[in-house]
Amino acid sequence: MSDPSKEWPLWEVFVRGKGGLSHRHAGSVHAVDAKMALEHARDTYTRRMEGVSLWVLPSAQIVASDPGDAGPLFEPAEDKVYRHPTFYKIPDGITHI
Amino acid sequence: MDVIATYALRLGDDSLILGQRLSEWCGHAPALEVDLSLANIALDQVGQATHFLNLAGELEGKGRDGDALAFRRDVMDFTNCLLVEQPNGDFAQTIARQFLFSHYQALLFEQMAAVKDTRFAAIAAKAAKEVAYHATLASDWVIRLGDGTDESKARMVAGLAWVWRFADELFAMDAADAAAIEAGAGVDKSALRGAWDSRVDAVLAEATLARPAPHRATTGGRIGRHSEHLGHLLSEMQFLQRAYPGATW
Amino acid sequence: MYTTDMSGNKKAEVVAEDPEELAAFEARVANDEFIEPKDWMPEAYRKTLVRQMSQHAHSEIVGMLPEGNWISRAPNLRRKAILLAKVQDEGGHGLYLYAAAETLGTSRDEMTEALLSGKAKYSTIFNYPTLTWADIGAIGWLVDGAAIMNQVPLQRTSYGPYARAMVRICKEESFHQRQGYEIMMHLAVGTPEQKRMAQDALNRWWWPSLMMFGPPDEKSPNTAQSMRWRIKRDTNDELRQKFVDITVPQAEAIGLTVPDDKLKWNEERGAYDFGEVDWEEFAAVVRGEGPVAKERLQARQKAWDDGAWVREAARVHAEKRANAKVAAE
Repeated sequence: MSDPSKEWPLWEVFVRGKGGLSHRHAGSVHAVDAKMALEHARDTYTRRMEGVSLWVLPSAQIVASDPGDAGPLFEPAEDKVYRHPTFYKIPDGITHI
Repeated sequence: MDVIATYALRLGDDSLILGQRLSEWCGHAPALEVDLSLANIALDQVGQATHFLNLAGELEGKGRDGDALAFRRDVMDFTNCLLVEQPNGDFAQTIARQFLFSHYQALLFEQMAAVKDTRFAAIAAKAAKEVAYHATLASDWVIRLGDGTDESKARMVAGLAWVWRFADELFAMDAADAAAIEAGAGVDKSALRGAWDSRVDAVLAEATLARPAPHRATTGGRIGRHSEHLGHLLSEMQFLQRAYPGATW
Repeated sequence: MYTTDMSGNKKAEVVAEDPEELAAFEARVANDEFIEPKDWMPEAYRKTLVRQMSQHAHSEIVGMLPEGNWISRAPNLRRKAILLAKVQDEGGHGLYLYAAAETLGTSRDEMTEALLSGKAKYSTIFNYPTLTWADIGAIGWLVDGAAIMNQVPLQRTSYGPYARAMVRICKEESFHQRQGYEIMMHLAVGTPEQKRMAQDALNRWWWPSLMMFGPPDEKSPNTAQSMRWRIKRDTNDELRQKFVDITVPQAEAIGLTVPDDKLKWNEERGAYDFGEVDWEEFAAVVRGEGPVAKERLQARQKAWDDGAWVREAARVHAEKRANAKVAAE
C-alpha cells in the first residue's frame, strides 16, 4: 500500500506569462524540495514558451477561505457601488475625469 | 567530407545519439515529472542534431541533408563520442552519462557561441542555454542520488564507474579540431578540461561521492570505432529508412 | 487523450445526502457554476469524478506506451521530435489530471496503485498494439480525434480543477490530431507499401476508435446523472455519430477506405449509418483481455518498481537537507 508520508509532496505552480503580468496559477507538480519543484514546474508548465518566471510553493502552505463563509466574506461588498467610477454621473462635456 | 563538415557532423552525431538514448526513457521514468524532464533534454538534443547535421550536409555539398546523414550511414561513419552511445542502464547510469556530457557541452557551446563562423556560433548560442539547464538538472540528480539512500549511492557510484572511462575522449583533439579552430568554427576542447574537472568535482563533493578511479581512456568514436551498442541503436533508429529505401515520410 | 467511459452496467451507489445541500448543489450545477475542491458536493459526485479523472489520467499515462513504441524508430528527425513531444504531452496531461483528481483527496500514489492492481481502468484503445509506423498516424488522427471530440465539451465540466486541466490539455493537443493526419496523408500518396501500411492501420484502429466513446447509451445507466452534473456533456452515441460523420470524409479525401461495409450516408438523417461495434470485444478489453493489456500493465509496473529507489532516494535526500538546515539554525 502507498504510504502518504513517502509520497513526494505536492507543490502549486504559478507562471508569469510575460514581463509586467502577475504570476498566475498553472497547476501542480510533485517534488521533494523547492529546487526540484522549480525544475519540475519548468519542465511541465513552460514547454511552450508559457512563461518568463515561476513561483512554486508547497500546496499544504496555502490557506484558503472557507466556501461556507462566502456570504459574510464577499457579499457585503455587493452594495458598495460607490466604490466604482460608473456610480458617478458626470455631464458628457466634462473630460479628463 | 572536408574537415569543417566533419566537425559539424561530430557535434550532430553526439546530440543525435544521446537524444535517441534519452528518448528510450519516454514513458518509463521513475516519476511522471522526471519523464517530462528527460524528454525535454532529448528534444533539445534532437533539435541540436538537426541543426548540426543539416549544416554538415550543407558543408559537404553532396546533397545530403540531416536525415540522410542520420538514417543512412553505418556505424563506421558515425563520429559521436562513445559516452553518448552507452546504454541507459538504470536511472543512475543515465544521470551519470548526462552529468559528464552536459558539463562538457555547456563549456563547449559557451565558447562556440563566440566563434567567427556565424553558422556554428548561432547553433551554439541557442544550444548553450539548453545544455546549461541539462547540466544543472543532471548535477542535482547526482547530488540527490549520491547523498540519498545507501542503494542510490551504490548505484550512482556504479553508474559513474561505467561512464568515467569515456570522459577523456570528450576533450581529445585531432586534425579536424585543429582545422575547425583554424577556420574560426571550432573550440579548443583540451582547454575546457580544467573547468570541467572543477565543475564535476564540486558536484561530486556535494554528492558525497569520490571521483571514480582513473581508467585508461576508451576512445575511437570520432573515427568510427564504436562500442557494440551503437550498431543496435542504429539498426532500430534507421529501420524504416532501410526497409523502404526512397520512401518519404 | 480520452478515457473510455467504462461506467458500464454498474449503477452508481446511492448515499443519503442532506436534501437541502443536495438541492443547492444541483441548482449550482444546473446554473453552470463551477464546483471547487472545498465546496460541498454529494459523495457520488466526488466518487464519479475521482473515477473519471483518474481513468482519464491513467489513459494518458498508458497511452504513452503504444506511441512511445515508435519514438526510437521514427523515420526522420522531424517526425522523431514531433512524436517525442507528443508522447511527452500525454505524460504532462496525465500529470495535470492526476493533480486535478488529487484536489478531491486521493493521492497520485493511490491512483497509481489502483491502476497497477487492475482495479482502475484506462481507455481500451491502448490495449491494441502499434505494429507499423502508420499506426502512429492512425492514433493521432483517429484516437486523438475521438479524444478531442470528448474533451472539448469537458472544458466546461462542472468541477473547476478538471475543467481547467481540460482547457490546458485541449490547447496543447490541438496539434496532435493534425500531425497524425499529416502522417497518413504522406503515406497515402507514398509508395504502394506505404499505402498498404496506411490502409492496414485504418482497418485495425477504426473499430477500437469507435469503442472509445463507451457503451451504447441504453447500456450506460450513469450517463443521465453524469450529464445532469455536467461531468459529461454529450451522450456516448451522440459523440460516436459525430466522430463518424467528421472522419469518413477525411478518410475519403486521402483515398483510404473505412472498414465498414454498412457505412452509408443517410440523406434523411444528414448523418452516416454505420455498422455495429463488436461490443463483446469491447467488454473483453474492458475486462483487461485486450491484445496487449498485459504488456501495458507490465511496462507501467516495471517503471514503477524500477523507479522506487529513485523516488525514495530523492525523498531521503531532501529530508537530510531539511534536517541539516534545522540543526544549523
